[in-house]
Amino acid sequence: MNIQELIEKLEEEIEEVEQGTLLPSTNIRNIDWWSSMHALVIIAFVDIEYNVQVSGKDLKEIQTIQDLYDLIVKKS
Amino acid sequence: MGCEIKYITYQLASKEVSNEDLANFFEKFSAEDIFKKVGIKKRFHTSEDVIGSDLAFQAANLFFNDTKFPKEQIEFILFCTEGLDYIAPMTACLLQDRLKLNKNIGALDLPSGCAGFTNALGMAKAIVESGQSSNVLLLFGDTPGLVSHPKDFALRSLFSDAGAAVLIEKSPKNHIGNFVYGVDGSGAKHLFVDKSCLRNPIDKKWLELNNDAGGMPRGQMKMNGLEVFSFSIKEVPVLVNEILEKNKLAMKDINLFVFHQASKIILKSIQRKLQIPTNKMAYYLENNGNTVSVSIPLCLKEAQKEGRIKKGDKVLIAGFGIGFSWSGTVLYF
Repeated sequence: MNIQELIEKLEEEIEEVEQGTLLPSTNIRNIDWWSSMHALVIIAFVDIEYNVQVSGKDLKEIQTIQDLYDLIVKKS
Repeated sequence: MGCEIKYITYQLASKEVSNEDLANFFEKFSAEDIFKKVGIKKRFHTSEDVIGSDLAFQAANLFFNDTKFPKEQIEFILFCTEGLDYIAPMTACLLQDRLKLNKNIGALDLPSGCAGFTNALGMAKAIVESGQSSNVLLLFGDTPGLVSHPKDFALRSLFSDAGAAVLIEKSPKNHIGNFVYGVDGSGAKHLFVDKSCLRNPIDKKWLELNNDAGGMPRGQMKMNGLEVFSFSIKEVPVLVNEILEKNKLAMKDINLFVFHQASKIILKSIQRKLQIPTNKMAYYLENNGNTVSVSIPLCLKEAQKEGRIKKGDKVLIAGFGIGFSWSGTVLYF
């Protein structure tokens, strides 16, 4: 996995996101469509796609896509 | 010798709460937003004076009316709830009297929530198969609405108050498979009713603090949705595989998967993780929300009404949630 692959999959996964708009530096909490429901979508996505279990506490510490990528790599 | 589920009745609380009703209160969401978020059109709440055992009582009366089963033949009742009438005595004792059942029967409470149906069914199977009684009337009744803060959107949009009565009876062939149980009490803090019992009773300060919400004298349910979600998608697929293994079955042998109806996003994620085809998944959330321990009997009843369960079918049932507690088995129809 590389970060670009993660970004492409996330753009597919989250219906509010337009293709090619996410960057490693994108702060997920500052995006206007972000809601608590998306946190659940991301937990499920990471679990199913990468077999990595992210807890609610882990996710609360994540700000950017890069942070999410680093967490998946750390926990893989 | 074995046992089987003979009959199911359930009763939703009387007050219907639509998405429009919620949108009037939670102004930042429209009715449409709410449906999109939670996948629920309506939920049901009780009035302040109707509690879990009242809903169980109503469901039991429905059961006796529907089936004409003689009350004097009931040999055991188990009342499953997370909202008992009193700390003591057992609410099951009060229900025996209210339902005018015999005095020479077993009557026990089983405090359990989202995994309540499967936990109680496992106990009923043990009671019947060990020859202690030839039947058990399982009674369920929960009122999460009475301990939800009026401003807690997640709880108010998701949960319903409901009761159920389910008769388990001895049968020549076994229709209820082997059980798997699990528990992780370290998760208790993520879903619990604060200020509700001996450990942490309400005080004057609490009542004042919650003055605008009627004081919350019965305590307040607090849910960390993220933690409940990550627990569910981690543990339920493991539970399903353990149930299959313990019953020597494969995924493809199961005709219908009936999970506790926790929330649409939890069910969708579990379905995806286990790659279950949609026609084999029970989704009965839209018209009644999450009814706690009533959710699985409600699904079974509705799926039977719709002809989704046929003779010879194998139905996997799995309860999970508050505790954290989880359990499940396979039903053979």
